[in-house]
Amino acid sequence: MDFAPSFALIAPELLLIGAGLALLLVAAWGGDKAARPMAIAAAAALFGAGFLLVPGLHLGADGPATLAFGGLIKVDSFALFAKALIYLAAIGALMVAPAFFTSAAAGTERVMRAEYPVLVVFATVGMSIMVSANDFMSLYLGLELNSLSAYVLAAILRKDTRSGEAGLKYFVLGALASGILLYGMSLLYGFTGGTSFTAVRAGLSGELAYGPLFGVIFVLAGLAFKISAVPFHMWTPDVYEGAPTPVTAFFATAPKVAAVALTARVVFEVFGAQIAAWQQIVMFTALASIIFGALGAIGQENLKRLLAYSSINNIGFILLGLAVANQAGASAMLVYLFIYVAMSLGSFVALLMLRDDEGALFETFADIRGLSVTRPAIAWALLLFMFSLAGIPPLLGFYSKFVVFQATVEAGLIAFGAIAIAASVIGAFYYIKFVKVMFFDEPAGVVTGKSETGHWALLGLTALIISPLGYLLTPSLSDLADKAAASLFLAV
Amino acid sequence: MIGIEHYLTVGAILFVLGVLGIFLNRKNVIVILMAVELILLAVNLNLVAFSAFMQDLVGQIFAMLVLTVAAAEAAIGLAILVIYFRGHGSIAVDDINRMKG
Repeated sequence: MDFAPSFALIAPELLLIGAGLALLLVAAWGGDKAARPMAIAAAAALFGAGFLLVPGLHLGADGPATLAFGGLIKVDSFALFAKALIYLAAIGALMVAPAFFTSAAAGTERVMRAEYPVLVVFATVGMSIMVSANDFMSLYLGLELNSLSAYVLAAILRKDTRSGEAGLKYFVLGALASGILLYGMSLLYGFTGGTSFTAVRAGLSGELAYGPLFGVIFVLAGLAFKISAVPFHMWTPDVYEGAPTPVTAFFATAPKVAAVALTARVVFEVFGAQIAAWQQIVMFTALASIIFGALGAIGQENLKRLLAYSSINNIGFILLGLAVANQAGASAMLVYLFIYVAMSLGSFVALLMLRDDEGALFETFADIRGLSVTRPAIAWALLLFMFSLAGIPPLLGFYSKFVVFQATVEAGLIAFGAIAIAASVIGAFYYIKFVKVMFFDEPAGVVTGKSETGHWALLGLTALIISPLGYLLTPSLSDLADKAAASLFLAV
Repeated sequence: MIGIEHYLTVGAILFVLGVLGIFLNRKNVIVILMAVELILLAVNLNLVAFSAFMQDLVGQIFAMLVLTVAAAEAAIGLAILVIYFRGHGSIAVDDINRMKG
């Protein structure tokens, strides 16, 4: 068997695995002193891997043969689109980390651990394999590589009790989710006679018996855990609050993209013959996530917790695009994902900049009172992100909601679209509360610390993307998303 | 004669025990780790039973992969637990409540 074409297809992953192993050696010899150059090297490796993706992005449905390793891995435009987003988000998480870990924000340690860049790279490899999976075995291995790295990342501040607690909670619930997912996969294997997506798909045609139906439900439940969709969202606020903020920024972006893309691939390619069976489940989780995300955020005092609920809310909108179950919906979902990554990365970077002279972080509403007087640049950037998350035109967050609603209405699911719009109005309450506290309350004046150039750069870039100027991006973004969705629907 | 349905029943019972072990356990986190292992064992039993029943090797290969990952998962879980214990001085489930809401 000739493996050369297969290796060529997974070149970005090979590059990242090589970089990860080399960084591991550097970490072993250089120790924590080497952490900052390692973060730069890891970002460079991710950038290089992202560069390798570019040629395939435009191919869409006309792409060449995309199966590698006897059908275990599938590298189509859809996977490449998701990978590009994942790599960008991971680069962001690496860029903001050194300033955080070396300041007082990191508790008593005040040192960036050399494991951080290594773990981010390995988690990214795992996500890459997830979105390229074409077999339940590769899906599981990618998912676990990502999850196991993520558990450690959440607990990386060893002296901080909240970080340890976040790691523990994430581990227990993540392990449970993997177990549920695996149980579903074992049932599907037994009732359809294979683990490859094509074999399972063939076995699921016709009337759906109880055995495979259980398999479908278990797999969907396990995936819902990973994307923190209601009713499996309980871990999200705790983990987001407890994990160090750069790690939270990472969790809110890259793994979300990977898990959503994986879910899309599983529901269309594996359960494609049973759309009626999963559509109602996905629609329910989508609407429940939108509503619970909006209601749960009300009354939260901690900003990271609030953004956790906001991400649950946004996942609801992304799933709404998926629940439409056609190519337009999938394309809308990808557009939303891109804009969501920019918005949440930007908001978390803004949170990272709320620090005092020592560098200790502030993360409650009481601390950002009157921020527009003391730190106007950060306050205006946060205003942009919050209005964009609320979907207020002319910001790009409006466009993302618009394309999803358009797909929903065109598919005739007007009632569901109406419920989602009503819930997003409720959600606007807490985004506007953010703005009210920053602009109209008496200044608390505690946020006095200087911010790193890297933070400013990332904040400026994400703010530029979601500003009205971002609409210049939308034609090429929609084009890429359409092509990615078309390649996903080749199998359907 | 022991058929496939017997294996599946045992697997289902193990799985339910594992899930209940995670949710009903109020004592300590080690028991949760054991419950997670129980769930993965249930999955392995299913995979191997199906594999033998269908005369198809894929299920057994999958079971091998699950075993390997389960070992890594247990190692990481215990490591996180040690870190947690150093900070809190306890691993009782009821004490894991610094964050709520």
